[in-house]
Amino acid sequence: MCGIAGSLHLYGGSAGQEQLRRMIETIRYRGPDDIGTYSQGPIGLAHARLSIIDLAGGHQPMSITQDSLWITFNGEIFNYIELRDELIAKGHRFTSSSDTEVLLHLYQEEGERCVERLNGQWAFAIWDAPRRKLFLSRDRFGIRPLYYTQADGEFLFASEVKALLACPQVACAIDLHGLDQIFTFWVTVPPRTAFQNISQLPPGHSMVIEEGHVRIAPYWTLDLAPRVANGHTTDTQLTEELLELLHDATRIRLRSDVPVGAYLSGGIDSTVIAALAKRNVGERIRTFSVTFDASELDESRFQHEASSFLGTSHHNVRCRHEDIVRIFSEVIWHTEQPILRSAPAPLYLLSKLVRDSGFKVVLSGEGADELFGGYDIFKETKIRQFWGRRPDSSWRPLLLKRLYPYLPGIQRQSLEYLKHFFHVTREELNGLFFSHLPRWEVTKKAKQFFSVSARTELATADAVTALLRDLPTSYATWPPFAKAEFLESRYLLPGYILSSQGDRVAMAHGVEGRYPFLDHRVAAFAARLPARLKMKVLDQKHLLKMAVKGLIPESIRTRSKQPYRAPDGVSFFRNNDEYVQDLLSPIRIKRDGVFDHRATEALVKKFRSGNETSVKDNMALTGILSTTVFLDRFMRGVGVGGSTASPPSGAQLLSQSESRL
Amino acid sequence: MLQTIRKFVIDNYLFGEEDKLGNEDSFMETGIIDSTGILELVRFLESTYGIKVTDEELIPDNLDSVNKIVSFIHAKQSVSTQTDGGISFQSAGRLPI
Repeated sequence: MCGIAGSLHLYGGSAGQEQLRRMIETIRYRGPDDIGTYSQGPIGLAHARLSIIDLAGGHQPMSITQDSLWITFNGEIFNYIELRDELIAKGHRFTSSSDTEVLLHLYQEEGERCVERLNGQWAFAIWDAPRRKLFLSRDRFGIRPLYYTQADGEFLFASEVKALLACPQVACAIDLHGLDQIFTFWVTVPPRTAFQNISQLPPGHSMVIEEGHVRIAPYWTLDLAPRVANGHTTDTQLTEELLELLHDATRIRLRSDVPVGAYLSGGIDSTVIAALAKRNVGERIRTFSVTFDASELDESRFQHEASSFLGTSHHNVRCRHEDIVRIFSEVIWHTEQPILRSAPAPLYLLSKLVRDSGFKVVLSGEGADELFGGYDIFKETKIRQFWGRRPDSSWRPLLLKRLYPYLPGIQRQSLEYLKHFFHVTREELNGLFFSHLPRWEVTKKAKQFFSVSARTELATADAVTALLRDLPTSYATWPPFAKAEFLESRYLLPGYILSSQGDRVAMAHGVEGRYPFLDHRVAAFAARLPARLKMKVLDQKHLLKMAVKGLIPESIRTRSKQPYRAPDGVSFFRNNDEYVQDLLSPIRIKRDGVFDHRATEALVKKFRSGNETSVKDNMALTGILSTTVFLDRFMRGVGVGGSTASPPSGAQLLSQSESRL
Repeated sequence: MLQTIRKFVIDNYLFGEEDKLGNEDSFMETGIIDSTGILELVRFLESTYGIKVTDEELIPDNLDSVNKIVSFIHAKQSVSTQTDGGISFQSAGRLPI
């Protein structure tokens, strides 16, 4: 796992070594083991390396065939051994044992379609010198990030936005439309980011720049169209097939020349992966967890049960309220986008624990909830769909009481209020976004804190329109459950789970996450399963639970879903609230111009009073805080708590960009 | 009472936007209070007016506008007075059907 950056002069000019070095130095924490640059004519490539495979021979940027093909590559190709054998049989000669070189040869052999053969997680750029073509690609689920922009006739790309901002010609300003999307979906819809004029390559897409033209196209999408049953496969056969797939997905993700650890959240998914890792390795593995003071969030009991059952060497880090406040600014520096939940912060501490323990690779269970029916929003969809078929039924809506058992604000509601909140009409049932309407409605309410100027700028904005342009052709015909799965996998997974809670906070400490559930073979298997096997009645991850019987402790296999959560707004007011006082002072809020200072002051007062706060209040507070830090760190180059950092080159004070609001 | 309730709603749900609140406005229809926010309101009413809101009374007919809340509190207080006088009621306000 590494950091990459590069540039291509589109209309003449040469790539400068100094710029390349400045870009890659800003994200050096992604690859502290080695650094390399290459420039020749219009192309410049840079690489910061986290050495994991072929420690001695994997230096990048790397070239083959007398420097005609060059690559800078972030990620891992887990099936590189099989691909290498295949390529050798076809006459290719290798000078290293790295997966990077395999990727270059595969490109040479199969061209742009080579990505379809890859099993892994990647963001890379290949310079095809004879064709003067730059080929970039991002993995299927967006595990690895890839950003780009164009300025002064130069195409620039990098693993993180801050590497682009290191170029003086790249302006830095918040994209209010991106913020509007975050305050609706929690994420921006690719290619949009939280920065003006900076884009991200969508997951499952490749990009070609050739003769001054840019071409972006998908090479893979998660197709959840209902399948016609082909032959008769029993549930038992399916559980066996799933377990076999997961076993192999884990096996190839253990390919590494450094030791591999595993996260243990206390839930089913990470425990399954740790168990399969142990089976593959055949020896004691190291596991890592985060714990909390608050009993409703803490899962240490289950983490210890899993560790004890699997015989792992277990380490944990306790995340306290004051820790979240202490590291919040650093976390936003890494997420590179405002966030509505504080949940990335504890994971930042966790990756530090991993790194301090001498590990730089961890396996984790991300993807299982999206692909196998784990999230409560799928249960919500199913119940609302059931109720929506008979909206007048008096007993069907009673099932709403079964939703979100861990949220007291929902549990203590009367049925009348639940019915209003989880509303359903026959028309909505057939809508494109039926499953997510209640969630988006709550999130959107946090926009009431936007300033008048921000609202004016966004008067015609419609976050949902961006989704409409991005849906698969047959999406409209899919059942609500499949639509919900797609929305989770396509947007929240790459934009938040794998990014703010994944790559960013892990790579902040040079730690690579690997996700067996996101092996595309596992995804293809999940895509052809009928919904009834993902959620039998209201039993979440039904088939997965059947498949892992005996593999993990029964107490974990049969426990009800406990989503990973962290203390939100209350963290910032627990001891003293100097942090909030400084960050959300009326002067600062007015100066930034994004939020209304009076409303923000009233929100702070509400939290300070110690009275009960709602889900919306917590999202709004975290959203305003993180946006303010985001503006400070990226547009003003200011650290919080008195420390200062150099502003990225090209940064504009928001007051300057405000003229565009 | 009406002004106290108005102030609570303005401070805690509208965050100062006073002109957005009519006394007859439905909290649900206007989106002023979301489902998870209703319990804050109940806590406030219980602590301010010394009443106990039962689960059965947690319905929009009792709590969905400033005026409805005022009527509900009056009814509760009246029941409480009558109960003190020996007449027992299980709940006040409108009951769910």
